[in-house]
Amino acid sequence: MAEPAAGPVPAPVTEPVLEARGLVKHYPLTQGIVIKRQVGAVKAVDGVDFALGRGETLGIVGESGCGKSTVAKMLVNLERPTAGEIRYKGEDITKLSGRALKAVRRNIQMVFQDPYTSLNPRMTVGDIIGEPYEIHPEVAPKGSRRARVRELLDVVGLNPEYINRYPHQFSGGQRQRIGIARGLALRPEVIVADEPVSALDVSVQAQVVNLLEKLQSEFDLSYVFIAHDLSIVRHISDRVGVMYLGRIVETGTDAEIYEHPTHPYTQALLSAVPVPDPLAREHRERIILSGDVPSPANPPSGCRFRTRCWKARERCALEVPLLAVPAEFRGVSGPAAHDSACHFAEEKQVVP
Amino acid sequence: MATPASTAAAAAGPAPASALLDVRDLHVEFRTRDGVAKAVNGVDYAVAAGETLAVLGESGSGKSVTAQAIMGILDVPPGRVTSGEILFRGRDLLQLKEEERRRIRGAEMAMIFQDALSSLNPVLSVGDQLGEMFVVHRGMSRKDARAKAVELMDRVRIPAAKERVTQYPHQFSGGMRQRIMIAMAMALEPSLIIADEPTTALDVTVQAQVMDLLAELQRELNMGLILITHDLGVVADVADKIAVMYAGRIVETAPVHEIYRAPAHPYTKGLLESIPRLDQKGQDLFAIKGLPPNLMNIPPGCAFNPRCPMAQDVCRTDVPPLYRVTYEGLAAERRSACHFWKETLRG
Repeated sequence: MAEPAAGPVPAPVTEPVLEARGLVKHYPLTQGIVIKRQVGAVKAVDGVDFALGRGETLGIVGESGCGKSTVAKMLVNLERPTAGEIRYKGEDITKLSGRALKAVRRNIQMVFQDPYTSLNPRMTVGDIIGEPYEIHPEVAPKGSRRARVRELLDVVGLNPEYINRYPHQFSGGQRQRIGIARGLALRPEVIVADEPVSALDVSVQAQVVNLLEKLQSEFDLSYVFIAHDLSIVRHISDRVGVMYLGRIVETGTDAEIYEHPTHPYTQALLSAVPVPDPLAREHRERIILSGDVPSPANPPSGCRFRTRCWKARERCALEVPLLAVPAEFRGVSGPAAHDSACHFAEEKQVVP
Repeated sequence: MATPASTAAAAAGPAPASALLDVRDLHVEFRTRDGVAKAVNGVDYAVAAGETLAVLGESGSGKSVTAQAIMGILDVPPGRVTSGEILFRGRDLLQLKEEERRRIRGAEMAMIFQDALSSLNPVLSVGDQLGEMFVVHRGMSRKDARAKAVELMDRVRIPAAKERVTQYPHQFSGGMRQRIMIAMAMALEPSLIIADEPTTALDVTVQAQVMDLLAELQRELNMGLILITHDLGVVADVADKIAVMYAGRIVETAPVHEIYRAPAHPYTKGLLESIPRLDQKGQDLFAIKGLPPNLMNIPPGCAFNPRCPMAQDVCRTDVPPLYRVTYEGLAAERRSACHFWKETLRG
């Protein structure tokens, strides 16, 4: 990557549990059947830095194809990064293998988006939630597993008597609770949740969000919460990172991002969210972007957002903006002084 | 659940004389192996030309089934309209022959579906699919139809329409595909459009583009629009009035400003309180307890009573009719299917 150490890593309040440095994932594009030649790469993630403190929730928002799910997969080691580091308590886990890797993976668990496809339909709920113990038997000795599973069902608000039921006997919200119970089984420190409530109905969504918050304080969990719904991310996150085409373009506390956004993409994104208040529609300024997100196989030079940006000038095509406090806000204290990767950063209030 | 009370409310009719579409006491059920699922249990709503009615509800509330019954694309069997009327320009669609309904479909009323990729034919170019409307309904030649297709694609602002008219659905992005769906629905300039979750599968920035386009075309053609959605934000942005559905019934209908200011049904109130807000960092979210009912076994009385914080004995036995909600300053008609709408309004 051109500038791996781009800007200072945003400092969390506490010592980071999980840290990403210059994280890159390129998927090769090949041509030819017998002799495969690499003709390019889909740059799904292209230089992402962040740090997650203990007990903290980091929200990552972005539209489809921005690389947020790829980041999630790399954090739980379902994908190997092309470059960069993922540090768990200071140790780079991308270099680990074997027993050491297994030990680390126990502490970073994932909750998936789709509660319908992420549970094996032929396993009972007890087997699904208890399966992690097969791989990490040290967490719960064989005799105590059923009891542990019952306990977990109770923790996520399901009846422990349901232990022998199958996933299809549950509703979407209940299935997501099962997925969460499985994520908690190994008593991890970090949970990576990839769109955990997007597939749920509004009334059920609130139940699951509240459950996640309750569990966080109960078990001192740190969350990486990935979603496209900006309202939910604000509700649950302490800090937020906005991603566009494989990079974080702006990051800060929830108030900094939502009330004082300085990156044009964040501003457009926020202004596009429909607000459940019909009074707002008259006096609200909406920034409607033209066009679609460019292909990550061939991202624009310089600033990746420039092809859809109304502020773009020549400099944006030539020079990659760094993720740092923009020059005009440096030395100023206040909510606008947070990291934003834009040459022409400017504060603009878009949320009514 | 056709109680005398709810039929009476239907007869009183929330339909203004100018209604383009007037659905009255519609009942739809599905016969399944496990029993009869009552998907729609007495729905009344009306849309006038140029008006946007948002139908709000969660999955299984019957909002899409009602739309399918209006369009006449319900799967029969297992689905069946058991009673009710669907008046379109004064004619009851349920009394028409399939042949007549087919002439109305596409030409006078059209539907936009949620998932554009699976609603478009993957082996025909978008130009062929758009042109087909003109060939079938207007008897145009293929060449003229192709020209019309390009014109439509321009109208929904697809860049380089002339070049892209020969491309296939998979070559378009999600937002562009939804534009093609809109173009197809608009093709014959129908007077009514039903959009079933048109932007749910899209990203927010694209969603804003598509809703903008839809609203603009609606204004231009003075169409009636039924917007089916579960998103309270989208509703607040575009709707004139709202009908909230729960377990196959309308539980509340009101002008959009009124409902957000003061909901008159505990379900609507719960929904509004359970969404996180963009403009404030809330504490604990309010969550409606429990789950939506099984449609094969809808609770007696008010279907919402097991989840309702205000439920009394009467709610467990008597189905609430759609009461007329009145208060000072209310100009338009407003209704709520709650025995305690006055208490709910007060908060």
